[in-house]
Amino acid sequence: MTDNADISADLKTRVESAIADRTPLAIVAGGTKQFMGRMIQAEDFDVSEHRGVISYEASELVLTARAGTPLSSVEATLAEKGQMLPFEPPYFGHGATLGGTVACGLSGPRRPYAGAVRDFVLGVTLINGKAEVLRFGGEVMKNVAGYDVSRLVTGALGTLGLMLDVSLKVLPVPAEDLTLTFDMDFAEAIQQMNRWAARPIPISGACHDGEQLRLRLSGTAGGVNTAAERLGGERQNGEDFWRDLRELQLRFFDGDDPLWRLSVPPTTPPLALPGRTLVDWGGALRWLKSDADGDSIRSVVSTAGGHATLFKGGDRTGQVFHPLPAKLLDIHRRLKRAFDPDRIFNPGKMYEGV
Amino acid sequence: MQNSETAAVDHGLDRAALAKMLRQILPAEAVLFEEEDLRPYECDGLTAYRKLPLVAVLPDTLEQVRAVMRLCYEKNVPVVARGAGTGLSGGALPLENGVLLSLAKFNRILEVDAVARTARVQPGVRNLAISESVSHLDLYYAPDPSSQIACSIGGNVAENAGGLHCLKYGLTVHNIIELKMVTVEGELIVIGGRGLDSPGYDLLALMTGSEGMLGVIVEVTVKLLPKPECARLTLAAFDDVEKAGAAVGRIIADGIIPAGLEMMDNAAIRATDDFVQAGYPTDAVAILLCELDGTEQEVGDQLQQVRALLDDCGATEVRVARDEDERARFWAGRKAAFPAAGRLSPDYYCMDGTIPRRELPNVLAGMGAMSKEYGLPIMNVFHAGDGNLHPLILYDANVPGEIERVEELGSKILQLCIDAGGTITGEHGVGIEKINQMCVQFKSPELLQFHAVKHAFDEHELLNPGKAVPTLNRCAEFGAMHVHEGKLPFPDIERF
Ligand SMILES: Cc1cc2nc3c(=O)[nH]c(=O)nc-3n(C[C@H](O)[C@H](O)[C@H](O)COP(=O)(O)OP(=O)(O)OC[C@H]3O[C@@H](n4cnc5c(N)ncnc54)[C@H](O)[C@@H]3O)c2cc1C
Repeated sequence: MTDNADISADLKTRVESAIADRTPLAIVAGGTKQFMGRMIQAEDFDVSEHRGVISYEASELVLTARAGTPLSSVEATLAEKGQMLPFEPPYFGHGATLGGTVACGLSGPRRPYAGAVRDFVLGVTLINGKAEVLRFGGEVMKNVAGYDVSRLVTGALGTLGLMLDVSLKVLPVPAEDLTLTFDMDFAEAIQQMNRWAARPIPISGACHDGEQLRLRLSGTAGGVNTAAERLGGERQNGEDFWRDLRELQLRFFDGDDPLWRLSVPPTTPPLALPGRTLVDWGGALRWLKSDADGDSIRSVVSTAGGHATLFKGGDRTGQVFHPLPAKLLDIHRRLKRAFDPDRIFNPGKMYEGV
Repeated sequence: MQNSETAAVDHGLDRAALAKMLRQILPAEAVLFEEEDLRPYECDGLTAYRKLPLVAVLPDTLEQVRAVMRLCYEKNVPVVARGAGTGLSGGALPLENGVLLSLAKFNRILEVDAVARTARVQPGVRNLAISESVSHLDLYYAPDPSSQIACSIGGNVAENAGGLHCLKYGLTVHNIIELKMVTVEGELIVIGGRGLDSPGYDLLALMTGSEGMLGVIVEVTVKLLPKPECARLTLAAFDDVEKAGAAVGRIIADGIIPAGLEMMDNAAIRATDDFVQAGYPTDAVAILLCELDGTEQEVGDQLQQVRALLDDCGATEVRVARDEDERARFWAGRKAAFPAAGRLSPDYYCMDGTIPRRELPNVLAGMGAMSKEYGLPIMNVFHAGDGNLHPLILYDANVPGEIERVEELGSKILQLCIDAGGTITGEHGVGIEKINQMCVQFKSPELLQFHAVKHAFDEHELLNPGKAVPTLNRCAEFGAMHVHEGKLPFPDIERF
């Protein structure tokens, strides 16, 4: 397998034949995120060979790469120039690709402070459900010509088409990272994280793992050290911790109970839910290991103003994502039809009929 | 002038009949139909295009907006939403057979959550009013378009407005978390949420920059950021535009993301310095304004680095604003660029292309040549950090034929941006102004995909029809007028 291959013509042909014989396709690249979304009946469509960085210019802060490019090689390319993907994407396994990361809309611990993957997507090339190759957005930072389809397909789990390549805004790696730990209980930690976020402190991660509050600071050496002196706490080498948090490999994530991802307003106090909870994103993300029934979890989270996803494990044939109000679901179905009228791409992966 | 299309729909209602129906659901004073009352709504900031709507309405409750939409939907009447009318692409230009829906009365800040750092506001609230109302909490709303004293947050969302500080803090799309929207049928829906993401497709991003084509925004929840502890502004002068452009690339490649990084050419330096006495070096060929913000230490660390880089890139002069007064003065010049152009010349036409930064010298040279060819001066200010150009073409609308030549020059400049790998609009939107250039930037399947997206929200094309996305027929017509290298674009469309 080569590092650089443009197989878009083959991919288009495959989509054309799928349309002709009405075969739904399940898009697969690295196979690291198959556990996400709803279970679907479709033929595997391996797109991982469409790979390679197409262009990268550090002074422009823009990288364009084919969707099958391994995430590790994207990050290595950037690291050579002292740059990074600011949303700190999780891999969830060896073969993670750029396309899978964007399609799944996955961002790591830095998300509340730097932005999510959607905040950095500048453009995409897409094969839609009519086998047309379409280019939206571009390689420039600001672009309001036409609807923002690039961000619409980000996190759409491949249901609107096959991404061929993606252009992303990238950022310099901060000169210094530093992790502080504080002994504090859960409820107090949530309040503290919010108080800090309202002050000009160079935060790049804030988590409570059930035992301690951990805060990561990133920036210039002077900025980070002065902030650390003011905040107190205990300095720690945090690199492994933040990696294991990002990859969901902390001990917390062990065990067979389903893993729920609760996205809530950051100030939400601890929720009364059975199971174990870990707080990330400065309070805005709660991981829950629980075998409680889905409806009761969703109802508690809805009341708090958030939404719940059955992230891993559990029953993946029913509702995996938070149910949408009727009119919104209708808009989703219409958008699906607008991009993929014959329901070729990952049909039902997100919602029934989507 | 480009022909703005009247919406194809024929609802058969005349002004009096429509006004009468609207007065049954709105207070009498909220329905305008006399010519003199409609005049203020005939155009937005792109004043070359003017049209009176059939009726203008100024609802002030959500229920009223819904009732207006329900009525218009039922009667097949097109609707154009309007915020403050500062748009520069004719997005809020009324339709002769349509309703102009002003959101001006929705000007209340509904809720500020200092702990969660959000503000829930009505769409007619002015951009700057948000930052002013939370200033005592040491918070602010980051996107700061130069029109921020006047433009509305609803209009900002509809255009994905940017500002002087969006290089570091992002555009509108990066700074909002929830919208309430009334659909074309009059239903109220919530998009996004109070957390950092929401289930399903990213409709929040899709709505941002959608130019009033997908729904009427009736409430916006914005993110608030802590005010930086310290901000320092550096002014650097150059005797060569290419050197200034290279300095921008060097700063960024060196790992620094300034809060703002702006460039002005000599014409802009002179015009603004004359106007607000900013203290710019008026003999410089170009100046850069580079603002660093953060904690004292961060800014201190980076300031040294930036100074060294600027010297290294051949700056003829580097000045760091001594105090807040001088910093405000340096910025005042940049912010006054448009009005300063207005003082120099009876009229000016503001363009909005974005290009990859490395193309800056080529594009500037190209524009210089075109400016000579057309005998029309161009003054340049741009968001250099993100490659967003605002060439201002100076002209006099009273000279017969001049406006046509300005438009021709403008479309050549946009072509230059597309050829450089850029886009026809970075933040002002397509509206009616750049509708033909959309045919150059996109191919027909892409335009058809945009129409399909619109139809998912608005099947009968009642929301701001004729704007933002051209029909293929229109592109065919435009293509017939502008045959490119002997090839007709859109060969698949029937000619007429
Ligand atoms: C001097 C000057 C400087 C400027 N500087 C900048 C700048 O630095 N950056 C920048 O990005 N822009 C700038 N602009 C352009 C303009 O101010 C922005 O586009 C702004 O976002 C428009 O807001 P508005 O409230 O005036 O919208 P309007 O002009 O009223 O409307 C703009 C579009 O939004 C739609 N719309 C408005 N409100 C709603 C709503 N509630 N729901 C649905 N659709 C709606 C309209 O239909 C229209 O298509 C400048 C303009 C001027 C005159």
